[in-house]
Amino acid sequence: MVVNLKINGRHYTLDVPPDEILLTTLRNLGFNSVRQGCDTSTCGVCTVHVDGKAVLSCTVLTCRLDGHEVTTLEGVEEAAETIGRFLVEEGVEQCGYCSPGLIMSILYLEKCVPQPTDEQILHYLNGNLCRCSGYEGQLRAIKKYLEVKYGAGSKQAI
Amino acid sequence: MLNIQEYVAPNSLEEAYQYLISQKGATLLGGCAYLNLGTRNIPLAIDLSRTGLSYIRENEDTIELGAMTTFGDVEHSAILARYFNNILALSVRDIVGIQLRNLVTVGGTVYSRYGFSDFITALHVLDTQVKLYKQGIFDLEYFLENGSKEPDILEKVIIKKDNRQAVFKAMRNSRGDYAILNLALARIGDKFRIVVGARPGRAALALNTMEYLNNEYAQKRELSPEILKNAGEIIAEELSFGSNGRGSSEYRKELAKVLLRKAIQEVI
Repeated sequence: MVVNLKINGRHYTLDVPPDEILLTTLRNLGFNSVRQGCDTSTCGVCTVHVDGKAVLSCTVLTCRLDGHEVTTLEGVEEAAETIGRFLVEEGVEQCGYCSPGLIMSILYLEKCVPQPTDEQILHYLNGNLCRCSGYEGQLRAIKKYLEVKYGAGSKQAI
Repeated sequence: MLNIQEYVAPNSLEEAYQYLISQKGATLLGGCAYLNLGTRNIPLAIDLSRTGLSYIRENEDTIELGAMTTFGDVEHSAILARYFNNILALSVRDIVGIQLRNLVTVGGTVYSRYGFSDFITALHVLDTQVKLYKQGIFDLEYFLENGSKEPDILEKVIIKKDNRQAVFKAMRNSRGDYAILNLALARIGDKFRIVVGARPGRAALALNTMEYLNNEYAQKRELSPEILKNAGEIIAEELSFGSNGRGSSEYRKELAKVLLRKAIQEVI
């Protein structure tokens, strides 16, 4: 069936099977930052934004997105690169498989709660599993990123 | 493996209903949270997302949650935050991650009557009804017991506004995991209402425990540690608790006692 949607600001008209999931559609289009993980709506590596909200692309039928807007990591490259630097500095970047989904969740957290508490960070990132670096480094990296960008007294611009 | 033969996105409930009864196996799409679990062959998938069922409305005496309202909407609703100690938001906040909660719908959860649901347990402790498009309004308790008698569309959940205090408690192996057991308790004046879910069976009222606590509180105007202990023994015996990979029946019985005590202590 024919679906009109916007991906990273560009219009696409796609002919997709009714049971195709967004994850498959995006990867077929070359948006390879969107990773396939658990396929059970659990791990968060396939996180993208639909109309500004973080969702699991493995759980969304593409045909439901007619007229909607999708953002992947490729659409927020500058912000992703910045956050990526903080992740690397804290030793979080090991296999890196979960990083795109994690970064999309960090950007959603930033949008919803620009100056979160530790508890709020953990709450928003609860849906992103990482099997090599653990979560302490992620927490440090996210706090530093947000502190530099929004922190009281900080004048450093990103 | 999911296999959908045909997909439609009707613009009205009546149109969706006509599709639903048009052929055997026609399936309504809610949040599709379990899209990829198991093998499903759907001849006709009916998407409700264009039928105007995504809303949280406050009326004079009620709050209405449209069937396509997501748990993410519930979690961040300013309306819901003003009532019942925000129990509905608190009941969904630990369900997997925000990416899933932005997809899971009120209607998909309630219509499916999931035994593991945290949200249903919280709804059940409130004065809640469900509106089915064709069959009308039912008490949630009746609906949980009987489901829908015929193919129908859950249109909305209706919650009566009252001044009850409500508490939601759950035990999980880790944050974001399914609850091993959950419990909701409401205090309405001097009366208590208690619901236990994820037993792993469907959420159910603890009627004997409620009667015991209500009588004791009416007589003594307090709930002593001994009364709470007795109430724990009653709740562990009156409900059925099953075993699965998350916990044994015996473990769930002990959890019920603890969750009940903690919940009561928050409202007295």
